[in-house]
Amino acid sequence: MKVFVKYFASIREALGPGEWVELPEGASVGLLRDTLIARSPAHAEALARGRAVRAALQQLMCEETAVLPDGAEVAFFPPVTGG
Amino acid sequence: MAGPRVSIQAEDFDLSAEVARLRAGDAGVGAVVSFVGTVRDVSEGAGVSRMELEHYPGMTEKAIEAMIDAALQRFRIHAARVVHRVGPLAPGDQIVLVAVTSAHRGEAFQACEFLMDYLKTQAPFWKKEHTPDGARWVDARSADDAALQRWGIAATGNAAG
Repeated sequence: MKVFVKYFASIREALGPGEWVELPEGASVGLLRDTLIARSPAHAEALARGRAVRAALQQLMCEETAVLPDGAEVAFFPPVTGG
Repeated sequence: MAGPRVSIQAEDFDLSAEVARLRAGDAGVGAVVSFVGTVRDVSEGAGVSRMELEHYPGMTEKAIEAMIDAALQRFRIHAARVVHRVGPLAPGDQIVLVAVTSAHRGEAFQACEFLMDYLKTQAPFWKKEHTPDGARWVDARSADDAALQRWGIAATGNAAG
């Protein structure tokens, strides 16, 4: 299956606005992050474990255990700083 | 009230026009509380010459609509309005407006603060500051997570690693 990943703020500056990713059925947000980390040195740096990276699934904040449906919109971004 | 509850916009906003719209047609309103956030010219000891605000179109509106629903459930308020600006901003500019109406002041004060605490930690906005040392993304503050937690809501650990 395929999901579309969007990036924001410092992660967008490092990786661009977004990309499609092919994943096995039933994959989680955490598996998606690991798959991206393996994609390039820039991905490995921007999404590194231990860095403060937040995720959203279908435009709702989510945990990395969340399971992805086919065609899902996922986003990775740093902690938010609005207001 | 007439008009949308949430606006994400590049343009500035007019506090009195927003409050007038929020109160319109509701003579049961006895209290209006509003908060306006503005851009400071100093941050973490460095001068800020300008700022850029990025957001996640679609998610931002949904997240704030959900916050307003939560405020309407939790407090006896009549209506709430949130305006958040995005794009380039300068020191002194208005960034955010939260306005709440209710019959009595207590609930309006609380709901306004609740909405700001929620927005600071859960709405997908990011600030980038331009200083004499270059541009930098603003770090999330753990104090903001703590502010949300006092409402009995576990922040999703926005500021923590």
